[in-house]
Formats: sequence, structure tokens, C-alpha cells
Amino acid sequence: MELRFTSRKNLREAIGDIGAYIILLVFGVMMLLPFVWMLSTSLKPPDEVFTFPPEFIPKHIAWDNYRRALEQIPFDRFFFNSFYIATTITIGQLFTSFLAGYAFARLKFSGRDVLFLIYLATMMVPLQVRLVPLYVMMRSFHWIDTHYALIIPALASAWGTFLARQFMLTIPKELDEAARIDGCNYVDIVFRIILPVSKPLLATLGIFVFIGAYNDFLWPLIAINSIPLKTIPLGLIMFQERIYLETPWNYLMAASTVSVLPLLIIFILGQKYYVRGIVTSGLKG
Amino acid sequence: MDGLTKKLYKLIDTEKYAGYILILPNVIFFFIFFVYPFLSVWFYSVTDWDLFSPLKFVGLSNYIKLIFEDDLFRKVLFNTLYYSFVAVPTALFVAYWLALLLNRAIPGVVFFRTIYFLPNITLMVAAAIVFSWIYQPQYGLINYILQKIGINGPNWLNDERWAMPAVIILENWHALGYPTLIFLASFQGIPSELYEAARIDGANWWYQLRYVTFPLSTPAIFFTLTTSLIGAMQTFDSFFVLTRGGPAYATTPISYYIYQNGFEWLKMGYASAVAGVLFIFIMFITLLQWKLRERWVFED
Repeated sequence: MELRFTSRKNLREAIGDIGAYIILLVFGVMMLLPFVWMLSTSLKPPDEVFTFPPEFIPKHIAWDNYRRALEQIPFDRFFFNSFYIATTITIGQLFTSFLAGYAFARLKFSGRDVLFLIYLATMMVPLQVRLVPLYVMMRSFHWIDTHYALIIPALASAWGTFLARQFMLTIPKELDEAARIDGCNYVDIVFRIILPVSKPLLATLGIFVFIGAYNDFLWPLIAINSIPLKTIPLGLIMFQERIYLETPWNYLMAASTVSVLPLLIIFILGQKYYVRGIVTSGLKG
Repeated sequence: MDGLTKKLYKLIDTEKYAGYILILPNVIFFFIFFVYPFLSVWFYSVTDWDLFSPLKFVGLSNYIKLIFEDDLFRKVLFNTLYYSFVAVPTALFVAYWLALLLNRAIPGVVFFRTIYFLPNITLMVAAAIVFSWIYQPQYGLINYILQKIGINGPNWLNDERWAMPAVIILENWHALGYPTLIFLASFQGIPSELYEAARIDGANWWYQLRYVTFPLSTPAIFFTLTTSLIGAMQTFDSFFVLTRGGPAYATTPISYYIYQNGFEWLKMGYASAVAGVLFIFIMFITLLQWKLRERWVFED
């Protein structure tokens, strides 16, 4: 009796597991389908793009599409711009967030809590609300249509500061106290004691900021006009608009594949840190 | 050591001053590029200005026009609410069930989690371009699949009724991984003793979900609900790339309207007033979350 009861229960669990797998798989396919379709179209020669019913595997693989697509607009230039802008912003935000995060989490000074509250409050102010004043400010600095407009306003962020502070709160206070007794000043502590144990924070924050800056669209759309200064998202839009009439989807998909690829690589390599960042800011925030 | 070095050394050796020095770089950028623009947007919202002719004060007339005269703004508000209150609940509902399935401790969870998350890091501009190809009425993938099951697919992006659902499908494909991840993490934080106790009391799967999992994941639900709603109110990229707000303004949300007024029609004052309304919406959601949190959320 006892045995039959357990085996029936196991059978039910097994059926549940199989059901779960099927649903997870269906959703997995739905999530991947656009990527597969993008890649598939990007490799089709022109006469195979508009076939019906659609084929996933092209009869003739046209690697040439990539070269041709990237020749139509200065994509190498956009890539360079995007990478150097995103890298500069990442380094800047790591620096400002790390230092301020330490001070907010571990040092006492008057006004600290009020100031941090202001940081928290601005986290709910979206870019769209700041758009007009920011544009007017950039215009008065003569930074419109320069990379300064993209980089300098992004060198600090409330979100990065918040994440850094949350991380610093988890480091044992004894580390600082021991270093103080050994005669370290606070700047020594930051760079010699805290920095080495903050690698997970820097990895998480770095990946987030880089991906965010690389994907940024609305502000560059407003701030940049000249073609040589454009970033990848702006380049894709330019491509989309330029070829609107004949729409060579294979070229457009090739350009999209190339722009997505760096993100996929970064995410797969840094997934551990990325997931941790989401969970920390999501559950403890 | 000369006098200056000595003074500097003393500064970074005092907790208070070290604190000020370390936050200084951050605070400078923060106040110039975040706090000041947020404060001055209210000033611009009571002006009439095209960036070139002299700025004119118009009092509250931008707001009065917005609320009582601008039919387009009414449509924009409707679009924003339609989009937010359809897209967010569906995404969260699906994500919650997916997270429950992922929580069954079956092998391959990390694999699925990775796949669900891939769209989320993909740049929206590229994703929307791919979807505009998928939505293509004659040769697109979606209408082909619909045809297979006997449905005549619509002309998605050029049909006033279907353009908004098209954006919602793209956005939910893009967003789904995030709430799934948050829910999964919150399920994994529930102590297993609670489930054991429930099982001893004879609770079946449904009762465990209803009386253990659900109440203990309410903080995660509230967090994702508010952040997703606030995010939905600001959605811009997908609308811009997929539909440019059309057809006939059927997919112009509030953030797109700010962009249009400010940077296509050069009405800086009016755009700022619309931005003010967007901020009030977001603040309202945030306050509502705080209030409801006190009443509904189980926290130990």
C-alpha cells in the first residue's frame, strides 16, 4: 500500500516535469525564433528572401550579404563610435559609483541620508522628463552634434550609485576598522581594501552600464545629426530609412545580426554577474 | 611633506571630509545633469519657445491646452494607458507561470533562463527591425504561421487596430526574461520548511501555490509590477522603429509625443508640459505602490 502510494506520487511528479519541459520548450522556441529568422534572412540571396512558404535554411548561403550590407553605410565607423562611447561611459560610471557608493555605505557625514534620498527619488525620473532642459543645456555648451553630449551627462547615475552602495553594505565593517588601526586613511581603504573585494560589483555594474550605453537610442537620436558621429542604433535607423522603398530585408537582417552579436557575447560571458545585478537591485531594492 | 600635502592628508584622514571628497565627482554630474534638468523642466513648461525666437511666459496655458483642448493628447493618453495596462499584466502573468515551471528543480533551468533572457539584452532598435520583417503582411513569419492554423493574418503595422498589439508582442518578447528572473529568485528565497509543513498538513500543489508561494512572492510581484508600469509609460524605441507612431497616431504614446512636440515641431514649452504630466503619472504609480505595499504585501 505504502509503496503504491509513493510510486503513484512519483508518476504524477514525472508527468508534471514532462509537462513543464514541454511548456518551457515552446516558450524557448518562441524566444529564439526571431533570432533564427534574422540570421536565416541575413544569409539568403535576394531571390530567396520573398519565398512563400518561408524557408529557414537558405538553399544558397549568401555570406556576401554581410559585406554588401556593411558597405552601404559606414558601419565600421558606427561600431567604433558605439564601442568607444560605451567604454568611456562605463569607466566613468564605475569610478563615480564606486567612490560614492563607498562613502554612502560606510562613512558618516552630515547630509548623507538626505542626499541619498535625493538619489533614490531621481531614479523614478525618466530621461523623457529631462529631455528638453538637457537639450537646451547641451546646446548652450555647444555640445549638440558632438560625442560630449552622449558621454559627459552619462558619467554618473543614481542607479549605479545605488547598486554600489547596496554592495558595499554587505562588506564586513571590520575590514575598514582593522585598516584604520593600521594607520590607513580613507582613500587608502577605498583603493587597497575595498577595491580588491569589489570585483563582482564592478563586473555587474560594468556589464549593465556598457549594454545600456550601447543600446541607448532616444538621446543620441536627438543629440547627434552628422553621419560620422552616429552610433549603431542610429546607423540601423538610417539604414532602415534609406532602403525603405525596395527593402532588401537580407541586408537589413545582416546589419541587425552584426549589431546584436557583441551583446550576446557579453551576456553569455558575464551572465553570472548580470543575473546577480538584477536580483540584487530587484529584491533588496 | 609641505603644508599643502599635510592639509590634504588630514582631509582624507577625517571621516566626514573623506566622505565629501569621495562623493564629489558623482554629485557634480548628478546635480548638473539630473537634478537641474528635472527642476527646470517645470520652468520650461510655463513658456512658449521654439529654441530660436525669444522665450515667452504663458503661465498655465500649456497645461490648460493639454487638458481641455488637445484631442491628440487625449489619444496619446489612451494609447499610453492601453499599452501599459495590456502589456504589463500579460507579461507578468506569463512570467509568473514560467518561473513556477523553472522552479521545479529540473535539469536545464539555467539553459532556459538564459534563452528567456537573451531578448532582454538585445538592442531594441535591431529587435524592432527584425519584428517589422516578421510582421510583413505577405511574406512575414507571423502571418505564415497564422495561415497554417487557418487564420488570415492582418496587415499588422498599417492597421489601426493591430499596430498596438504588434508593439505589445514585440515589447513582451523583449521584456519577459526580466520578471521571470525576479520571480524565480523570489521563489528560491522561500524556506523549504514552509512547503514541508504545508505537505504534512495535506496541502496539494494548488494550496501550496495559493497559501505559500503566492503570499511570499508578493514583494516581487509588486516590485515588477511598478517597475514594469513605470518602464511601460516611458517606452519609446519600439514605437519609433516599428510604427513611427502611426497609422493615424494609433501608436503614439506619451514619450513619443514629448519627442514630437520638442524635436519635430520645436514646441519646447509644450513638450515640457507633456513631460510634466508623464512625471505626475510615474509619481502616482510610485506612491500607489508604497500605499498598497503597506496593506497587501506580506513581509516578515
